[in-house]
Formats: sequence, C-alpha cells, structure tokens
Amino acid sequence: MSNISNKPHANWFNRRGWRDIIIVAPYAWLIAFFVIPFIIVIVMSFAKTATESPPFAFLPEWPYIRFETYIRLFSDSLYIRSTFISLYNAAIATLLCLLIGYPMALGITRVNKSAQRLLLMLIILPFWTSFLLRVYAWIGLMGKNSWFNQLLTVIYNAVVPSSWEVTGFQLMNTNFAVVLVMVYSYLPFMILPLYANLEKLDMTLNEAAMDLGSRPWQVFKDVTLPLSIPGIIAGGLLVFIPASGELIIPSLVGSAADPMIGRVIQQEFGSNRDWPMASTVAVALLLLLVVPLVLYNHFEARAGKAGGT
Amino acid sequence: MQKRPTFLLSMLFFGLTFFYVPILSMIFFSFNKSRLATVWGGFSTQWYGKLFSNKQILDAALLSLEIALLSATIATMLGTLAGLALARFRQFRGRATFSGLVTAPLIMPEVITGISSLLLFIMMAEWIGWPSQRGFTTITIAHITFSMTYVTTIVQSRLMSMDMSIEEAAMDLGSRPWQVLRDVTLPIISPAIVSGWLLAFTISLDDVVITSFTTGPGYTTLPMLIWSKVKLGVTPDINALATVIVLVVALGVTISAIILARTEHRRERDIQMAIAANK
Repeated sequence: MSNISNKPHANWFNRRGWRDIIIVAPYAWLIAFFVIPFIIVIVMSFAKTATESPPFAFLPEWPYIRFETYIRLFSDSLYIRSTFISLYNAAIATLLCLLIGYPMALGITRVNKSAQRLLLMLIILPFWTSFLLRVYAWIGLMGKNSWFNQLLTVIYNAVVPSSWEVTGFQLMNTNFAVVLVMVYSYLPFMILPLYANLEKLDMTLNEAAMDLGSRPWQVFKDVTLPLSIPGIIAGGLLVFIPASGELIIPSLVGSAADPMIGRVIQQEFGSNRDWPMASTVAVALLLLLVVPLVLYNHFEARAGKAGGT
Repeated sequence: MQKRPTFLLSMLFFGLTFFYVPILSMIFFSFNKSRLATVWGGFSTQWYGKLFSNKQILDAALLSLEIALLSATIATMLGTLAGLALARFRQFRGRATFSGLVTAPLIMPEVITGISSLLLFIMMAEWIGWPSQRGFTTITIAHITFSMTYVTTIVQSRLMSMDMSIEEAAMDLGSRPWQVLRDVTLPIISPAIVSGWLLAFTISLDDVVITSFTTGPGYTTLPMLIWSKVKLGVTPDINALATVIVLVVALGVTISAIILARTEHRRERDIQMAIAANK
C-alpha cells in the first residue's frame, strides 16, 4: 500500500533544524488559536453568569465550578427542542441531497471526459460565489409576490379543488425554507465525494452483471450501490455536520419560533450575554457531532483494513 | 454497450436548473427599475450606478480584499508547512494529535469557532492587554486559523501522490535539503499551493459568521454589510452587488482553471519529452 521509502536519506529535510520549523510553526499556531480558545469555552461552560464585565464568574471556593448550565441544558425545553429541530432539519437535508445528488453524480460518470469536466465546473461554480448571496437568491424567490411563489401557487390551484385555492405560499421563515436552502447550499458537498467514489468503480463489474442477465435496476442495487457506500458516508457527513450547526440559513429564512441550535448559541452569547450557557450549548453540540465522526473513522479504519493489501 | 441513461441525465439537468435558476433570477432583477426587488418594473441599470458610488460598500469590499489577501497568504504558508510535516515525517511526537488538529477546524461549526476565537481575544486582552481593540488583526488571525487547514488538506494529498524518488535522486546527486525543497518539491506541489491559496482567499472573502464574532467597531467587511442589509429584506442594489460578485468569481474561476490546466498539461508534456529523450 504505502510506497514511502524508509531509507534514511528519503526524507530530505529530515534534519533537526528543518524538521522543527516545519512542524512547530503550524502546530503552535493551531494550539494558540484553535485549542486554547476551545479550552476557554469548556472552562467557561462551568462558570456562572454574572452582571460584571466580562459577564461570568467562578465560585470563590472549592469546587469553583458549577453545573448549573448543564442542568439547565436538560431542564429548559428550548435547548432539547432546538437540538432536535437542528438534527431533524440536517437529516432531511442530507437525505434530500443524497436523493438528488446520487443520480447527478452517477450521471456525470456516464458522459465523456470533457463533458465531465464541464459538469463538475458547473457544479462547483456556485460554491465559489458567496454563500450569503446564494441564501439571498432564495429569499428573492420565496417571497409571496415573487414569480417562483406565484408559479407554485398557480400550479397548486390548478390541481386542487377550488375551495382549497390560495393566493400564495408562506415559504419564508419556515423550517421548509431552511431545509430547501440547505439542500441548495450543500448539494455540491454531496455530489463531489460521490462522484469521486463512483468514478473509480470498475465498469466491467456492471457489464459482467448485465451479461449474466441482471436488469439495470438490479445491477445498481447489487453492484453500484454497495460499492458506493464510502462515498455516501463521506458526502452525508459533509452535509450533515455543517447543516446541524448552521447559523446563517436559519437566521435569514428560518422561523424564530423553531430556532436551530446555532442560532440559540448566538442568541445566548449575543443578546442574552449569557456566556456560560452559550459555551455549554456549544460543548453539547460538539459532543453530538463528534459521535458520528468517531463512528465514521471507525468505518473508515475497518474499510481500510478490509480493502488494504 | 448500455442504452443512454435517460433518468440520470434528466436528474443532472434538473439539478443544474436547481443550481442556476435562483442565481439567474437574482441577476435578472438587478436590472429592475422598481425598488421592489421581486416585481418587475422595467429595465434599468441605475442600481449599478448607485452601487459604484456607494462609499460604504466600496470601503467594505476593500477591507474584505485586504483581509483575504493577507490571511490567505499566511494560511498558505502555515498550511503548506503542515502538509509537508504530515506527508513527509512518518513519526514525531504528537503526530496523531497534529493530524487530528488539522482536520478539526474543517468540521467545527462556524458559530463555535467564532465564539471560541472571540473568548480568546477577550481573555488575552484581560491577561496581557492585547488586543486592546478587535478589528483587522483579530479577523485576520481567525481567518488564517480556519483556512490554513484547507490548504494543508490539498497540499498533503498532492505530496502523498508525488513520486518521492525525484527528491531522493536530487539528494543522491548532492543537493542540499533547501535546494531540494526549492528546485524539486515546491515546483511539483505548486499547483496544489495555488489551489490552496485560492480556496483560502475565497473562504476568507466569503466568511460572515466568524468575522462577525471577531470584528470590532469600524471594521465592517463586505459579507457583514450584505448580512445586515439582507436582514432588512431584498433590495435591487444587493442584486446588483451579487451580480458583480458572481461575474467576478465566474471569470476568476474560469481563468484560474484554464491556467492550472495549461501548467498541468505543460508539466505532463515535459515529463513525456524527458522520458522520450532518455530512451
């Protein structure tokens, strides 16, 4: 598997001075600006809210820390509910991305090389434009007077009995809008790993199955789909994880009555000035997201062991 | 041969329509005469004129560009070093932690990165008196931290796929380590470094969540300005701004894709010629 030589001179800069600079500079940066801030958040989650500035305090005597915010995390329904809404929205968005993205990724592998390159470019291009503006584009489409909403209304009215007719849909500030915009924003993250995976699949396997009399659907179900599971998992995580912690989309198109967890963290920190509570929710969210990742790494390690030589 | 995959191709068509209709609609309404951004009131380019005379927007765009240039450059240096360390040093103390650290910012929800960076800067101000005010420097530091790991991922995978024997050959022929780095390794991984820089630049230019946590009074980047305007509703001047951004990005991506493809092509041709010459 690994073709990296272990000869002593193979690592050309494997000498003390070079090595130290190359390792220490980025390592030190990440510890200073990523690890330490996160330790501060963890410590902060055990403090108590205070009125002074900065607005937190520790108990004056042992054990110094408090679990008040962690108790509140489970006793106040806001946190459980918003976590549930976040995971629910993220799960639906991930599923929709998979249902739309999988046939798209598979479709790309079925055209010739230069068309593949063009299609990939077309899929990546919106991703390079501003995230905020892509959300904004949907705000323009979802308003009650917009052509898109009107078009939906006309189609709907043509189908349903006249007593059900509506003048426009309430799309903005709903969970539906959040899921829709999430699917729109994160779809490339699903397509790209799926494409990378599907493109490597051996087409002769498909042909063999066809020759043995399998129908196209059976070939897909028995050959392509099982082999693309690593791509599905990678794409799924790339959509699910950022979607669960999403802040921009729910703030702009979501309903204030059904907040997602990212918005709750921001509100606790910003308008409520409750830093310990914001830190506690942040720690909880991270624990929740770490679990699927650990599972994923476990899968990866097992797949590597099974597929390695 | 199989028959044409009609279903897959129609899904591709549907998906691309889904990608582009909102953007095209946004561009279309930037030429709307009416103040109501979603109801057509006749053709006009007035919003573009207003856009280019709006000092607030121009200042914000300039600040965003400055931060993105600086943070992408430093992030590329640090990220490339981290990529070299992970791809070339099989073992060093804390390697497992380091490789975990390099992927962590990629999956960290932005709101958590934002809060933790802000808390760091506040605590630093309490303990060592710096930074006394948040603004350009604090935003840049936060952007470097989360964009350098993207550079690392790209550079590392390029290094992993690179033929190590070229470096070994240069060493065997008596090159000093820094000469190998300068003449062999860096030229080979340069497309990855360029892609990494572009990605870091775009991420910094686009960020609103982490910026809004780490900024201070008087420092409004372009995404923050758009964010505050978008919260108030849809207006044609944002459509005009969006159109300009989309066009600049499309142009930039196309040009850089062409340049990258050319250099790659030339490199492959050079390799072919070298092989042919040695036969």
